[in-house]
Amino acid sequence: MDAGNLTLQYLLSGITKGSIYAVVAIGFNLIYSATGVLNFAQGEFVMLGGMVAVTLAHFVPLPVAVAGAVVIVALVGCLLEVLFFRKLRHHSVLHLIIITIGLSIVIQEAALHIWDEKVRSLPYFTGNEISSIKLFGAAISPQVIWVLATVAVTVAALHVFLKFTLPGRAMRACSSNPEAAMLAGINIPNMRTLSFGLSAALGALAGCVISPITMTHYESGAPLAIKGFAAAIVGGLGNPMAAVLGGLLVGVLEAFSVSRLPAAYNDVSAFAILLLVLFVRPHGLFGRPGGEAVREH
Amino acid sequence: MSMLLQVQNLRCGYGSLEVVHGASLHVCAGEIVGLLGANGAGKSSLLKSLVGLLHPWQGDIFVDGRPTRGQPAWRSLSNSMVLVPEGKMIFADLTVRENLLIGGYHNPDRLLQLEIVLDRFPRLRERTSQLGGTLSGGEQQMLALGRALMARPRLLLLDEPSLGLAPLMVQEVFREIRKMKDLGVTVLLVEQNVVGTLQIADRAYVMETGEIILEGLAADLLHHPEVKRAYLGQGGKKSWE
Repeated sequence: MDAGNLTLQYLLSGITKGSIYAVVAIGFNLIYSATGVLNFAQGEFVMLGGMVAVTLAHFVPLPVAVAGAVVIVALVGCLLEVLFFRKLRHHSVLHLIIITIGLSIVIQEAALHIWDEKVRSLPYFTGNEISSIKLFGAAISPQVIWVLATVAVTVAALHVFLKFTLPGRAMRACSSNPEAAMLAGINIPNMRTLSFGLSAALGALAGCVISPITMTHYESGAPLAIKGFAAAIVGGLGNPMAAVLGGLLVGVLEAFSVSRLPAAYNDVSAFAILLLVLFVRPHGLFGRPGGEAVREH
Repeated sequence: MSMLLQVQNLRCGYGSLEVVHGASLHVCAGEIVGLLGANGAGKSSLLKSLVGLLHPWQGDIFVDGRPTRGQPAWRSLSNSMVLVPEGKMIFADLTVRENLLIGGYHNPDRLLQLEIVLDRFPRLRERTSQLGGTLSGGEQQMLALGRALMARPRLLLLDEPSLGLAPLMVQEVFREIRKMKDLGVTVLLVEQNVVGTLQIADRAYVMETGEIILEGLAADLLHHPEVKRAYLGQGGKKSWE
């Protein structure tokens, strides 16, 4: 394989991972916009999505298992909001963020208890581990196409939802000016629950499509939360579409750092770019200065 | 005339600080009622507690005879009551059109109502796809009024709509409020602009340090010595006009 093909191979692998980070980063953004909380349990939704789908796939066809996992994890997301955040609105945002870290640990332990410490994975959606598609000289798994297509369609659908539907506009209104949104009769507590449900559903879907490639086990969510957080910050908090670019950037940088540096440095690249962006452009590469200060309401 | 809004002995405040010490007022259907007073008199707090943005400590609020005290703010609309808060409070990152549509969130005929509102505010029609935050102060106030009208309210609560506007714009805003009456919308207007308010209002209340100290017909209050003393000052009348 020549150097050009190798570069393409790394690029594609980076984009694949990056698209998963992008979905996690979108989840961060949705919840942050609606509640001001950074939800560090975001990666657990990805893990739960994969785990639930693997279990369901024993009983039902794969598409049904994936759909079922998305719905179940979305409900878990809604439930977490109602149980842990709705009643604690008057606590500071910092308290709520710490609660999400606690929740992340609890969900992991629960997953360990419900399932076990074994690594699982969903079957390839089409083909198998060794089937590959040639793309400009690089060999890629058909599952990569599934990941990229699913993420692309999801992001497009989310964009249409936020931009052109009444509930989507209401969500944006809540993040733009919660008090005015309330006065327009928007049920803010329900919007917050919706943001958790939506984030969880997106995370679960990502967890399903990536499962055949990266495998799923009870600890696979936490690193994703951190990479997704880096992606959200790099893109600029408050803008779900910038999160996509942030995610791809983090993924691609990571892939190339693996090609140049020892594997132990795998996670360093994400933190390096996170710190760099925080120093140089604290509002993110695509955000506006002062556009999104952490709110206390 | 039927009483649309009745407030009895309302107390409210922030933390342990009471700001409104037992205020009572009423607004009849079809009226424009002014609530006047200097900065810090408690007018805005009173208005906020009517819609539930501020939780009233004591007292009763009846809209159309139904008690509404203690309802969350997002439910105030179900009483056909809309507050246009101070400082415009538009959605800066949403377009003018989206701002208006959010105003009609609970109105199934919102697209129809959008046309009606845009007909009333032609200046907004020219700017439907512009972001709310890019409008001028006067245009933002028009947008806030238009957004409130999208819900087809029976009772409109306006908090200092003329604040921070250029004099010509102030006149236009008062003209628009006067027109609300012709549409059958009842208005409770909180203002510091005493003369402007009394010229369009039917009745008015005057608030001072958390209490209502005076009420009467707008025409009478305009010449009331107490109003002149408290809010117009001696020889200060010019600055209000």
